[in-house]
This record gives sequence, structure tokens and C-alpha cells, in this order.
Amino acid sequence: MKSAVIVFPGSNCDRDLAVAIELVTGVKPAMVWHAETELPNGTDLVALPGGFSFGDYLRSGAMSARSAIMRAVADAADEGRMVLGVCNGFQVLTEAGLLPGALMRNAGLDFVCRDVALDVVNSQTAFTSLYGAGERISIPVAHHDGNYFADATTLDRLEGEGRVVFRYGENVNGSARDIAGIINDRGNVLGLMPHPERVVEAAHGGTDGRRLFEGLVGALAAA
Amino acid sequence: MKARLTITLKSGVLDPQGRAIQAALGGLGFDGVGDVRAGKVIELELAEGTPPETIDAMCRQLLANTVMENYRVELL
Repeated sequence: MKSAVIVFPGSNCDRDLAVAIELVTGVKPAMVWHAETELPNGTDLVALPGGFSFGDYLRSGAMSARSAIMRAVADAADEGRMVLGVCNGFQVLTEAGLLPGALMRNAGLDFVCRDVALDVVNSQTAFTSLYGAGERISIPVAHHDGNYFADATTLDRLEGEGRVVFRYGENVNGSARDIAGIINDRGNVLGLMPHPERVVEAAHGGTDGRRLFEGLVGALAAA
Repeated sequence: MKARLTITLKSGVLDPQGRAIQAALGGLGFDGVGDVRAGKVIELELAEGTPPETIDAMCRQLLANTVMENYRVELL
């Protein structure tokens, strides 16, 4: 499985994501700078990391969503390649229009940094097939702008189409309908605020994030 | 020419910053402050004759996120 991790100025989880991907796939991802215009040939998975790209200027993810590499990421999504956005990566995907809605300032105004209980709402996606339906897992969050917002029609559509993939067991940021992660209609672009790459080996204090990456490997091998 | 853009959260969208400002004003003893909405102002120096549609496109493509924000353009 060939993967690429996009690096924006101000990304700070790019290496964590790369380590997690390498741990599970056995292959080092290509680290692709935001100013590049192409992804390496044959990239199966593009991962957008957490961090504070461009200092969160204007809006979180706003600048990154307009950077050169994002055209290539949008093309990859169009071609059906897997795209994963974690935290700031999720913000970038919404700003780029690859996922609906927006991530606003946390309702409590606090930066929230801790483990949260997450419910796997849809375990039929390429990203979540190794989780049980409705399984409760624990994954850390670390964000200031994780308050998911979309209009009621969009929220109804997401729920109706099974596109809410993760929900908070306890709503830590004011997100509409406790939404922590969503997928696009085609099922190949996932964005979530919690950090699965931070819980992939026992030394991390948990391994609940690992099956997301393992599930992807399985889905890509089957494809 | 110069354009001033005022970007605010849509009505109905919770504005936690506005709410914190409202609470802080109350804490300072200012009574009677109702809803507070915080937004941002962006001023652009533009080439003379820049058409309004171009400014509008700038707002829609970058300066405002129309999922949650409204914008208003004033030419100065």
C-alpha cells in the first residue's frame, strides 16, 4: 500500500501519522510538502495530519485547503483513492469542500486535550470495517476548533446515508448531533477530529486507533 | 480603490466568542447587553475598477466560509 502524508507549514502530527501508517503497512509514507502539485504515482492513501497549519489564519484549514497540493488531493479523491483527514486534516477537508460542513470554535471556548469515548456509528466503511457496529472506543482529541456545524438538511442527509462514522460518547466541543467524524458519499474520504494515530501501540496507553489503519490495508488489498 | 469586508457568523449559528464577550461585559457591570456577535473585518487594496463580482468571488472562494458565515462588502 502506497501512502502519502501531506505536510503543511504548521502541521505537527505529520510524523505521528507517518509512524502509525508505517507500523501498520510496513511501508514508509511519502511526505509531500503542500507546495507540490502532484502526489507520488500510485498513491493509495492520502493522509492530512493534525496541527495548526498556517497558524489557523483566517479559519482553521482555510489556507491549506487552497494550497497547491490540494488540487491533487481532490483529483485523488475523484479517482476513488482513500483520503483520511485527522483533526486539522478534517478542517482542511471541509474547507476544501471534500466533506460537508465546517469545524467551528469549541462551544466551551476551551482547547480540549484528552481521551474521549467514541462510538463507531458506521462500521461498514473501508476505514472502520474492523470495528464492531456501535462499538465504543477511546481515542484522544486535541483541538480548539472541533465543533462540527452543518445546516439541519445536511445533518439529516449525513445521518440518513450512514455518513456519520464516529460520534462522541460525551460531547466535548458542542458538535452538532455529537458528530466526531464523517465520510463522503462515495465512502473514500473520511475526516475526524480525534487522533487514531496516537493510539496504535500499547506504549501509547491504548490501541483503539490501530484498527482504522489495519482496516484500510485490508480494504485496499481487497480492492 | 479599497473594499472593506465584514464577515459574521450566520444568525442561528452559535457564537461562543460572542457569548464569552457578553458574559465578560456583564461581569464588568454593564447590564442590558443582549446577544453579542463577533466577526472579522478585512480591508483589501484593489486595482481601480475591480468589478464587484470579483470581490464577491474572493469572499466565496476564500475570505468567508459560507457554510457558517455571511459577508458584506463596502467600497471605501
